[in-house]
Amino acid sequence: MIGFSDVPEISQYASAIDVKFIVLTALTGAMGILVFVLVIVFSIRYRRGSPASRAPLPRWMQRDVEIGWTVATLFTFLFVFWWMAGAQLSALAQPKTNFEIHIEAKQWMWKVEQPNGAREINAIHVPANTDVRLIMTSDDVIHSLFLPALRIKRDVLPGRYTYLWFKAQRPGTYNFMCTQFCGTDHARMIGHFVVMTPEDYARWSMAQPETDDLAREGARLFVSFGCSGCHAPGSRVHAPDLHGLYGRQIPLDGGGFVTADETYIRDCILLNKHIPAGYPPVMPHFQGVVNEEQVTSLLAYIRSLSAEQQGASR
Amino acid sequence: MTDTTLEFAPAAEPLEKNYLNEETTLWSWLTTTDHKRIGILYTLSITFFFFIGGLAIGVVRLELMTPHADIVSAEAYNRLFSLHGIIMVWFFLVPSIPTTLGNFLVPMMIGAHDVAFPRLNLLSWYLFMLGALFTLYVLIAGGVDTGWTFYTPLSTSYATGHVAAAAAGVFVAGFSTIATGVNFVATIHMLRAPGMTWFRLPLFVWSMYAVSLVMLLATPVLAMTLLLIFAERVFGMPVFDPAQGGDPLLFQHLFWFYSHPAVYIMILPAMGVVSEIFTCFARRRIFGYTFMVYALLAIAVVGFMVWGHHMFVAGQSALADLVFSFLSFIVAVPSAIKVFNWTATLYRGQISFEAPMLYAMGFLALFTLGGLTGLHLASVPLDIHLHDTYFVIAHFHFIMVGGTVSAFLGGIHYWWPKFTGRMYPESWARFAAITMSIGFITTFLPQYVMGYAGMPRRYQIYLPQFQIYHVISSVGAMILAVAYIMPLLYLGWSLLYGRRAGSNPWGATGLEWQTSSPPPKENFHGTPRVVEGPYVYHDAETASGSEQAAPRPQGAHR
Repeated sequence: MIGFSDVPEISQYASAIDVKFIVLTALTGAMGILVFVLVIVFSIRYRRGSPASRAPLPRWMQRDVEIGWTVATLFTFLFVFWWMAGAQLSALAQPKTNFEIHIEAKQWMWKVEQPNGAREINAIHVPANTDVRLIMTSDDVIHSLFLPALRIKRDVLPGRYTYLWFKAQRPGTYNFMCTQFCGTDHARMIGHFVVMTPEDYARWSMAQPETDDLAREGARLFVSFGCSGCHAPGSRVHAPDLHGLYGRQIPLDGGGFVTADETYIRDCILLNKHIPAGYPPVMPHFQGVVNEEQVTSLLAYIRSLSAEQQGASR
Repeated sequence: MTDTTLEFAPAAEPLEKNYLNEETTLWSWLTTTDHKRIGILYTLSITFFFFIGGLAIGVVRLELMTPHADIVSAEAYNRLFSLHGIIMVWFFLVPSIPTTLGNFLVPMMIGAHDVAFPRLNLLSWYLFMLGALFTLYVLIAGGVDTGWTFYTPLSTSYATGHVAAAAAGVFVAGFSTIATGVNFVATIHMLRAPGMTWFRLPLFVWSMYAVSLVMLLATPVLAMTLLLIFAERVFGMPVFDPAQGGDPLLFQHLFWFYSHPAVYIMILPAMGVVSEIFTCFARRRIFGYTFMVYALLAIAVVGFMVWGHHMFVAGQSALADLVFSFLSFIVAVPSAIKVFNWTATLYRGQISFEAPMLYAMGFLALFTLGGLTGLHLASVPLDIHLHDTYFVIAHFHFIMVGGTVSAFLGGIHYWWPKFTGRMYPESWARFAAITMSIGFITTFLPQYVMGYAGMPRRYQIYLPQFQIYHVISSVGAMILAVAYIMPLLYLGWSLLYGRRAGSNPWGATGLEWQTSSPPPKENFHGTPRVVEGPYVYHDAETASGSEQAAPRPQGAHR
């Protein structure tokens, strides 16, 4: 709540959530107080043997009052729903951003990969006033990433990707933690969420040990796992070209369309699900061959193929 | 004080044959098909499980006095709160009011001699004991560390505890719930006394009817879900394991499709109990009887369509979030109407404040506080922040403990003279009722605050800024423990030394009061005839609806 020194709100979104919480608490508090006051007043006024009148209730009290408060409650609740749903829908719009951080949760730690390939454990560094997108998956059970200072949280599932996005505004060190019970050391899955000014972030980022960036690592894996044997342009095998694949609508073998997002591409690599229309199902699956980190790198490479193309066509 | 006229005088009580002294051997209790005795068996059983579950959470609250791990290991901590959840949900809260007060009172309130299937009723107790004792053995000897929610793939592929055995125990106990539901539905349909039309049923019977429907429709889903867990864990059948093409979210849908209606299994009976208590101690007809009936049924039906509000952050679609949020707001409306009606029932009453009334008023306050915070959790943007924090813990404890346990204790006190033929000590009971409310608020109000401040649930070690809230909460839990132990002592005392109650010490109108206390084995001497609606505590309003313009009561006939 505003004023809780332990839970600063550090984004516009967080401030808006606090306002909603306070207004709804005031509204429900007023309803609660109305009931409590009535109960106390009636208890005193109509205690057994008190002189207050017990004349029969007039007819309007029998029915109109009942209908009145039913309708009033219904409309109040519908109004609250409408107000909250509006906020929910506007929060759905993902910002366009290239600042993507990959998060891999496992029992009982958070592995974080910065856009430039820098790796951290149980810490997330982000620049302030920048749209950031987290692409999250789990190695084992369901976890949940909770950023109290931003008032957001999302479950992190094995076998699929979930996303969080935010724009943190106030530099500082905050906490993030796992909120979905995940086994013995659940309570130790807690880390530092560090918001830095863009300049500080750039300096911090430069100081990290030199690693390949994800896409470059992915390009290397693409060759070493033999993907390029079929998927490279000019290959003799009839396999789809991956340039411009990411984000496109893909017609499926057997009808229907699917958007080629991270989950789709991951499933194609690991499980060879969802064969696109017009291609023979000849691709081997890589379950148990390619690990989560390598999938992440391959994804970054495949995404970069689309970014290149967009750049070229512009 | 009483408006009802009785055509028989209560006989000299100590000599009269009743359901308690007709046979007194242990064997006669273990083979009884008398719904009243089965109600007593259930009462003793769930009281035992209540204190086991309470003991587990007592250790947890002690551990949480400091931010560090002090008295138990991380694994033991996880097993303790799992034991607390599993025992309290399935072996106390779900059976609590239906199997105890419900078993005892439903046939009596509708003027029947027993439930429709007395032997099925006894079987349900044996199934319950089998499932419950086996699960308790598993939880203590082996241990389960998944929480009561058994989320996959943690429970199927990763947890080290005895998940499959615990699931099997809960599975067996589920059949006792189904048997109870079948019995009540059949009893209420078939065995109502002459003149006991549907809209003359006391609200407690209506609540039992509504809850039985929920039990019948929801519990089989739990059984299927537990079987799937069992199959995946023991036989490796991949249902939920994403590595083999399964879907872990499928489990959450199935689980909450049962477990959200299960919340209504816990609260609907409580609503029935306090409706009886408010009318009796306010000497007032229930305000808006028909609205109260339809509200019960509406909650039971709409309660099946809100399970997705447990999954706002789990990765279901935004459209599903929207629909489940909408339905969750809708289901809050009938609950609010009931609160208003109880309040209006007090208007122009002749209110007195015996212990059952104090418990009922505690119920009203705590249920209102718990219900209103449900609106926060039904709002998607707020739930995204609050989900899996102590705010949620506080919310459902206000409803299930503040609400259901208050009503359960209120009901136990209210019908104690009927169960045992003796009065409980009034001042001790009032003291316990007030202590309970104070202890409860002290325990759970701080949990709302630390929940919003970002304290996640199921954490043994936590950030130091939350310590003050945890300490207040733990102190409250100690007060609460005292408030729960007190009734055990003075009610036990009253069994032997309590004042003889007489057949109707409260001057209440229900049929169960129109027979001796304790009742004879066949409940009534003869078949009662019913000529009017429930709660005739004062003259019908001059300008009221037709159902209240019924002639004066005749009471029970010999």
